[in-house]
Amino acid sequence: MSISARGVRKLYVTRRRETLALDRVDLDIATGEFVAFVGPSGCGKSTLMNMVAGILAPSEGTILHDGRPVTGINQRVGYMTQADAVLPWRTARENVELPLRLRGVGRAARAAKAAETLAAVGLTGFDNAFPAELSGGMRKRVALAQLLAYGPGTLLLDEPFGALDAQLKLVMQELLLRIWEKAGQTVIFVTHDLGEAVTLAQRVVVFSARPGRIKLIEPIALPRTGRDPFRTRFAPEFERAYSRLWEALAPEIAREEEVVA
Amino acid sequence: MSGLVQQAAGIGTEAPALSPASAALAAADARHRWFVLGARVVVGIAFLLLWHVASGNWIDTLLISSPEAVAGRLWRWLIDGTLWFHLSITLLATVLGFAIGSAVGFSTGLLFGRFNTLADIFDPYISALYSIPKIALAPLFIIWFGIGIESKVAVSAAIVFLVIFLNTYAGVREVNPLYINTTRIMGGGQWAVLRHVIVPSAAAWVITGLKVSVPYALVGTVIGEFMSANRGIGFLIAQATGLFNTTSVYAGIVVLAVVGAVINTGLKHFESWVLRWRP
Repeated sequence: MSISARGVRKLYVTRRRETLALDRVDLDIATGEFVAFVGPSGCGKSTLMNMVAGILAPSEGTILHDGRPVTGINQRVGYMTQADAVLPWRTARENVELPLRLRGVGRAARAAKAAETLAAVGLTGFDNAFPAELSGGMRKRVALAQLLAYGPGTLLLDEPFGALDAQLKLVMQELLLRIWEKAGQTVIFVTHDLGEAVTLAQRVVVFSARPGRIKLIEPIALPRTGRDPFRTRFAPEFERAYSRLWEALAPEIAREEEVVA
Repeated sequence: MSGLVQQAAGIGTEAPALSPASAALAAADARHRWFVLGARVVVGIAFLLLWHVASGNWIDTLLISSPEAVAGRLWRWLIDGTLWFHLSITLLATVLGFAIGSAVGFSTGLLFGRFNTLADIFDPYISALYSIPKIALAPLFIIWFGIGIESKVAVSAAIVFLVIFLNTYAGVREVNPLYINTTRIMGGGQWAVLRHVIVPSAAAWVITGLKVSVPYALVGTVIGEFMSANRGIGFLIAQATGLFNTTSVYAGIVVLAVVGAVINTGLKHFESWVLRWRP
């Protein structure tokens, strides 16, 4: 098992009140598996992912990564969110080189690796551009190149393409799938887009409205490799999985609405 | 007419370097820049003329001297070495005060920004310190450090310190935690986060602080020189004031204005280089 959650609870305590974000979550993710988390907002799907990254600590229970409990910042993962995390004061190349530099890789090796990964995400010729000079999609490509450069075995992606328009999203999904097929990382992909989850993942985990519990784990019957984000949505397996997931998800979204109202 | 010719030439060519519309825009831009520059020169000359005419005719020369007398005085100072003798000490004190104040302010700002408890403890004292007119410290520093350069350095360092400290502190608190988290996940320790995330992120605030504090550093030095000194532009002005020598007073003020403008221009270039990543 690459990642295991054992009896994980997360309680957020503020002066005013206590909020139970996650309750009794048990989950096993195999090495090389692509798993998507879906659920209404505030269901704790990002919270669970941030616990795997070691940014948050569970209130109860443990998270195991490759058999070892996660106790602090987890430096064996790659992390990408909807908000751009590429550093605005570093050029595309300097951003891609940063994780290598932090790991003590020499100058020449860094430059070679950066050129290689920037080419792999289709950003050749933009090495010296600052993030502000790039489009939203290009900044996502820089972030992907960064992950490729230091090659963590586990990728934690929190709505990475959430801010992109629908067409660009498909293009980036395609790129991510090709990267994953080649390197075989373990992937946790948090999204609120059910279609995106079914297109990409081998298993989709549905979380209930707060307090977040795992409501359903749906294996996706589409082939592991060679998926095409532009076409899978017309496959009968896609439709079946989508409607089963929607049946589980819809009442939770309605419940979340009530809580908010 | 020539516009039409250009337009006609544009048709049929593969990729015209500049469309007529954007060429027109660029020309309008250039015209505007020249107009502003020209108007600036005119305003300056008009001021000098007004000063010249007013002097002796409308207002007593003893009060406002005259532009030609001030220029003559500056020239004489330049020739006989007076200017450099006094300016060098003022510049040295300003630069030292600026360097010491900003180095100490920057490091304490970083420290307080990273350790909230420290900031919480010292908060009321810093507010109190901030509300003191720093000039009020000048007599004290003269008692402590004597009438030499040390007391002037101390005054300007004290002023610059607070500005840079507060700006660095604010800059560190503004750092996006996402940048810190991702950098740590990518393998960065405390030092790497400080170096690659916190310092560059706070740079915009720090540079604003530097720009604001340049005139303060100069003011600190000159105030110190007013109060007690035997060298420096501030001393020169104070001495001339005592002798009702307004020409020298104005000449000293002109020197200070030029020095301030030169330092600020340098900082502006430094800023646009450090913050070149900004859109």
